[in-house]
This record gives sequence, structure tokens and C-alpha cells, in this order.
Amino acid sequence: MAWLPVVIKACYFLAALLFILGLKRMSSPRSARGGIVWAGVGMLVAVLATFALPDLHNRGLILAAVLIGVSAAWWSGRRVAMTDMPQMVALYNGMGGGAAAAIGAAELFSYAGRSVTLLDGGQFTANGADTPGTAQLVLAVLGALIGSVSFSGSLIAFAKLQGWLDRRFVFPGQRVVNMLVLASAVVLGGMIVSGQLSGPLIVAFFVLALLFGLMMTLPIGGADMPVVISLYNAFTGLAVAFEGFVLQNEAMIIAGTVVGAAGTLLTQLMAKAMNRSIGNVLFGSFGAAGGEAQAIAGSQKPIEASDAAVMMAYAERVVIVPGYGMAVAQAQHKVWEFAKLLIELGVKVKFAIHPVAGRMPGHMNVLLAEAGVPYDLIADMDDINPEFPQTDVALVIGANDVVNPLAKTDPASPIYGMPILDVSAAKQVIVVKRGKGTGFAGIENALFYADNARMLYGDGQAAASELVAALKTLES
Amino acid sequence: MLDGFLALYIFMLAAFTGYEIIARVPVILHTPLMSGSNFIHGIVLVGAMIALGHAQTPFEMSIGFIGVLLGAGNAAGGYVVTERMLEMFKASKPNAGKEAK
Repeated sequence: MAWLPVVIKACYFLAALLFILGLKRMSSPRSARGGIVWAGVGMLVAVLATFALPDLHNRGLILAAVLIGVSAAWWSGRRVAMTDMPQMVALYNGMGGGAAAAIGAAELFSYAGRSVTLLDGGQFTANGADTPGTAQLVLAVLGALIGSVSFSGSLIAFAKLQGWLDRRFVFPGQRVVNMLVLASAVVLGGMIVSGQLSGPLIVAFFVLALLFGLMMTLPIGGADMPVVISLYNAFTGLAVAFEGFVLQNEAMIIAGTVVGAAGTLLTQLMAKAMNRSIGNVLFGSFGAAGGEAQAIAGSQKPIEASDAAVMMAYAERVVIVPGYGMAVAQAQHKVWEFAKLLIELGVKVKFAIHPVAGRMPGHMNVLLAEAGVPYDLIADMDDINPEFPQTDVALVIGANDVVNPLAKTDPASPIYGMPILDVSAAKQVIVVKRGKGTGFAGIENALFYADNARMLYGDGQAAASELVAALKTLES
Repeated sequence: MLDGFLALYIFMLAAFTGYEIIARVPVILHTPLMSGSNFIHGIVLVGAMIALGHAQTPFEMSIGFIGVLLGAGNAAGGYVVTERMLEMFKASKPNAGKEAK
């Protein structure tokens, strides 16, 4: 059966091609839906081809593991709410990192097993199997290190976004301790590469690598998690590529490297949207610096839903600025209903989305799309900011830090320099907010005290329902 | 089979490909795209299957089994989540669109 290996190789080639074409299609809204299907077909082809590998043992075990893993993930992915998508991405990404680390572990332990049986010779020539070259060992160790960090780090990110871990764990000298943990993992990795393939050493190496991922992620605040998840996504890609070199599997090398590069760029774009560097996210002490919160003069002026509805019904242009608060309250459907009523009254309505609204760049777009808002009514920050001075009413619903003018005016503010939506330039601003508290980043918002701002207190869902009701009585 | 330099060339070209694909992406697709690339590195499943397929001792087999389990979760979960996100991208209906702009 000389043709079988060729067919399998061709399948891997096809898979790699479909991954790249699929990713390409996913990068444009029109073809995005097809893109994931292309990539999915590629995955199916690659997995089926792998089953056909002639020297594959333990097929029953493999099938069982695949079936369990696929059905569990399929089930959880189907039933999760759209608002919880970011943590699911973190979870699945962590699983990928863990799988890459497991491959590294399996290869290292099997090298170790062979080296023990041949202790007298001290050479790796057992069983006619491949002798691990130095390059292979280095990549196995590197892939295992990166994969482990991605695994434990992503799980912490998942727990934080899920609300299981809402504290930041900070202690003095943390950075030094983290670096020591990383350095020890690297030293152990170096010892493994230099030929000391003993079981306990490999175990210690993995424990340290996992520990580093844990400790590196614990001090990072929830607001920065998207950047971190994106970074771990790139890590996993790289780990997969490295383990692909070890296993001599081209599909893994190509897919992993493409994701590694794409993920790195995506991480940079996200960090840039928040006006932070990746280094700052990972090692900065956001919010911990504290400092003096600038005292804000003035008071918050409340408004009733009926008045707010009238104000918007007679406006010419209304811009709705949704934030994560709206998503948490599951108010996007009601907000869209309200916007549709306004459109029927002849009001020009647009949705303005800050690059980091929601929990991830683009997350808010997904949530609005779920409610049925067409994506051509949704404007990016750069497009909408010049339009605010001509806007009669800006309705801020569940957004806070992304509309805080302090980002422009107060150099002491932790969010200083972050680009914001200029809602305060609109003639009137209505802010729907649950209470008087501060936002996700824990910073006072000067917008709420501005002269042209009115506060509509209440849960996003309730407030939107009241607005809809008020608008309906107005029409009848 | 795959000598060092050939591997290095593959690595370089694939890295450029990934970078170029993402470089011109609108912000609204960042989350779906992160999710999509998360699915694509689910190819790790193939590697885990090979690792389990070569495992000999029960210890190696259990590591391989966990690897396949995790890899399958990555691939399946990544696909479902991405597909659900992308399902929602549709242009406005003609009657809703005319009021915009």
C-alpha cells in the first residue's frame, strides 16, 4: 500500500490549504460564514486521514477520546449564551494548549523510556524508532512550555471571566517570583534537551511551566483578559507548530504557525485599541497604581424614561452607544426594538461601537447582530466621532469607561490616552445606568456630571422596556 | 523527510500568511476571527492522535488520551462557537437600511 502515505500527505496538504482559505474568508463579513465551514472541512479531512495512518495503534482509545471530547465541547458550545463567548474561547484555547503540552509530554516520556532501556549504551537507538535530534528535543520542550503556560493561563482567564475568580492576586515581589519560576522551567528544559531525560525531571518541568501560566495570569485584571486570551491563542498556535515539527506533521506546522502569527497581530491590534502595550497588560499594574481619583465637580442629574423617549422621538439624529452592561442585562433586543420605533418616526439612528466595547473587540457587534441589528447601522469609533457634534441625543446604555472624557483630560487617570467615543460632544446625552457606581475599571466618569448629561437609572433591560413603552404611548 | 531549512521556510511563509490575512480585518470581526483561529489550532488533535497512536506504556497512553480529549474539545468547541458567532452576520433588510446614513 505505497499509495496510502501519499494520500494521507495529500489530505494534510488539503487541510492546510482549506485552513488558510477559510481564515481568509473569515476576514470579511460577507464571506465569513463560509470561512468557518471551509476550515471545518479541512479539520475533518485531516482527522480522517490520521485515522488511516498505517502505524497507528490504540485506535479504540483514540476514537473514544475523540468522541468524548467532541460531544462535550459541542454540547457546551451550543448552549452557552452569546455574552459568555469570550470565556468559552478561552476555555477551548486552553484545551488546545493542554493538548500541545500533552503531545510534548508523551514524546519526552517515550524518549525517556527508550533511553532508560538503553542506559548502558547511552544512545537513543531503541526499537528502530526515530532518534530524537537536538532540534526535535528543543522544539518538543519549547512547545510543551508554551502549551502548558497557555493551558493554565487560559483556564485562569476562563475562571476570571466566568466570575469564579474576581480578585486580583497581587503580592510584593510577584514579578521576581514569576521570573524565577519561568527561569527554573527554562533551566529544567535545558537539562532535558542536553540529554537528562529522566521522568522526575520532566514532571518537575511541566509543574513549573503550568505554575508560571497560573501566576502570570492571576494578577491581570478582568478588563485586560481579551488581550491575554488573544495572546494565549497565539501561544497555543505556536506550541502546535512546534509539536508539529516534532511529529513531522506539515498540517500542524502550517496551521499552528498561521494562528501564531495571526494571533500575535490580533493581540497587538487589541492592545492598541485600548492604548496599552502588550507588556503593559502583562506586567503593568492597572488600577493598582490607584493614585488620587480626580474630584469631579457637579452632580448627576436624573431623567424619567418618558422624558427621555420624547427627547429622542423629536430628535433628528440619535446615536446609541451600547456597552457590556447592556449585554449583561440582555437588553440588546429591547434596545433594537426601541431603535426600530425611532427609525419609523424618521429619526436617523446609528449604533456606535468602541473597539473594546463588551469583553473583546468585536464582541458587541456579535451581540447586536444576535438581536438582529444590521451591521450597516453599526459605526466604528473613527467614523462616528466626527458626527457627535451634529448628534441631537447620544444614548449611552451600559457603557462607561469607553465614553469617559477623563481619558482625554486627566493625565492621572489610569485610562488616560485611551481613545474614547466623544459622546459629550452631542447636544444631549442620556446615560442608562444601574446605579451611581464606577465602571469595570473602577474609575469615576466625568461624563455623568456634565451639564448636557441626564441619568436614566435602572437595569438596561427595564430601562429599554420603559423607553419602548413610552415611545408607543407617544405614537398612539 | 523534513530537513531543518525546509521546515524553517514553511515556518516563515506560514507566518507571513497569517500576518497578511489579519492585517486588513475590520474590528467587528476581531472576536469571530480570534475564535476562528482558535478553531484552526484545533489541528493539535491530529498530533495528539498520533502521539496516542505511538504510546506504548499505560502512562504514555493516559497522557495521549488526555491530549486527544483536550484537542477534540478545542476543535469541536472552537468550531461551534465560531459558527454561532458568524451565523449572525447579515446585512440589513432593504426597509431598515434606507434610514441609515
